Amino acid sequence: MTGAAAVNVTSSRAMVATLGLVATLCGVLIVSAYQGTLSAVTANKRIALERAVFKVIPGAASMKEFVATTAGIEPAAGQSSGNGVKFYAAYGPSGELKGIAAEGGATGYADVVRILYAYDPDRQAITGLGVVGMRETPGIGDKILTDQAFLANFAALDVRLDADAKALANPVKVVKHGSKRNPWEIDAISGATVTSKAVGKGINDSAQRLLPRLAPNLDKLRSK
Amino acid sequence: MALPGQTQLSHMEEFMEGIWKQNPVFVMVLGMCPTLAVSVSAVNSLSMGIATTFVLVCSTLLVSLIRKLVPKEVRIATYIVIIATFVTVVDYLIQAISLAVYDALGAFIQLIVVNCIILGRAEAHASKNPPLRTVVNALGMGLGFTLGLLSLGAVREIFGAGKLFGFSLFGPDFQPWVVMVLPPGGFFVLGAWLLLFNWLKNRKVDGALVKPLEGHTHA
Repeated sequence: MTGAAAVNVTSSRAMVATLGLVATLCGVLIVSAYQGTLSAVTANKRIALERAVFKVIPGAASMKEFVATTAGIEPAAGQSSGNGVKFYAAYGPSGELKGIAAEGGATGYADVVRILYAYDPDRQAITGLGVVGMRETPGIGDKILTDQAFLANFAALDVRLDADAKALANPVKVVKHGSKRNPWEIDAISGATVTSKAVGKGINDSAQRLLPRLAPNLDKLRSK
Repeated sequence: MALPGQTQLSHMEEFMEGIWKQNPVFVMVLGMCPTLAVSVSAVNSLSMGIATTFVLVCSTLLVSLIRKLVPKEVRIATYIVIIATFVTVVDYLIQAISLAVYDALGAFIQLIVVNCIILGRAEAHASKNPPLRTVVNALGMGLGFTLGLLSLGAVREIFGAGKLFGFSLFGPDFQPWVVMVLPPGGFFVLGAWLLLFNWLKNRKVDGALVKPLEGHTHA
C-alpha cells in the first residue's frame, strides 16, 4: 500500500516534504521572534522586578541580585544552582544598604500566592509586603494588597533568629483576625483567611531558609 | 475564482461576515473559553482580541498561500503547526510589549492555539480561498471577536469594578458587584448579550422593523 498503488493517493514523500517544509519555515519564524524580542523581554522583566523591590523598600535607588547558599552569598550570575535562595539587596542613592527583598510563595485559595517581602537587617524585621503574582478571588483574596489593617502587620514583623542562628526564634504565624498578641504573628483578614495564611507561610518558609544564611554575611552587603 | 453556480461575496461583504452575520462570539458562539475567562476588563478583552486577530490573520494568510501544496491527508497537522507558530510569536511579542498584560491574560495566550475560530477559519475558508480574500475575511472575524470580547469586558468592568479601561466611573461610593468579574458574571453578561441579539434577529424576521426603534430599558 505505497503511494504508487493508487492514482489519487498522495505519496508519503509529498506528505513528509510538506510537513518538513512547513516545520522548517515555522522554526525559523519562532527563532527570529524569540531573538527579536529577547532584549525587550529581559528589560521588561528587570524593570518589573525593580519596581516591585523598590515598592517594598522605600528610598531604594538601585538593587543587586544575590544567591545565598549554605557556603555563603554570591552575586547571582545567570542560572544558579537550584539549592541557593535568591534575594535582592537594595541600596539608597549614596550606596547605603536600604534593605533586603526576597520572594516567597505558598498555595492560597486559587493558586500559588507569590509574594515579595522586605527585610530590615538592623531591626531584624519584615518591613514591607508586595505581591508578585496571584489568582485569588477579586474583592476577597486580593484584599491582602489593600486592607490597611492587614498591611500594618508588616510594619515590623519580628523575624529575629534563635540563639544558634539556625532558624527563626519564633516562626511567623498567621492568627485569627483580632487575636494578634506577639510581634511575629500576622493578624489574618476576616473572610480571607486562606490567602492570609498563604502569605504567612510564604514568608515563613522563605525566611527560615534565607535569614540564617544571610546573617553571617551581612557585612559583605553593607557597601555596594 | 468563484465556483460555478455560486455567488461570490464582495470583499466588503467578506469583511462584514465576521463582524455581523457570522460573529464568532454572538452568532457562531465559538471560542467561549477565552471569551468568558479573560473578559473581566476592557483592557484584557482588547489585548486578547488583538492577539487572536494577529494569529488569525497571519496563520490564515500562510494557509491560503500554501493551500495548493498541502496534501489533504496532512492538512490539519500543517494548520496546527502554523497556528502554534504564530501563537508563540504573539506570546513573545506581548511579553516584550507589556508584562502586566501578559500576566493578566495568563495561560489564555498559549491557549489561542486551540481556539476553534482559528482552526475553523483555516479549514473552512483559508484552504479554499486566495490570500487577499482570506485576509479580509480573517480581519473581519478577528474584529468581530474583539468586539464581542469588548462588549463583555466593558459591561463586566463597569459593573464589577465601577471602571472602564481603568478609569473610575462612579466615584468612591460605588459598591462593585464582585460577581460580575467572577466566572458566573461572564455567563450572565454573555447570556444578556445573546438575548439582545436574538431578540433583534427575531424582530427583523417578524417584519416588525417598520416600527421606530423603541428605547429598550434594561436595569
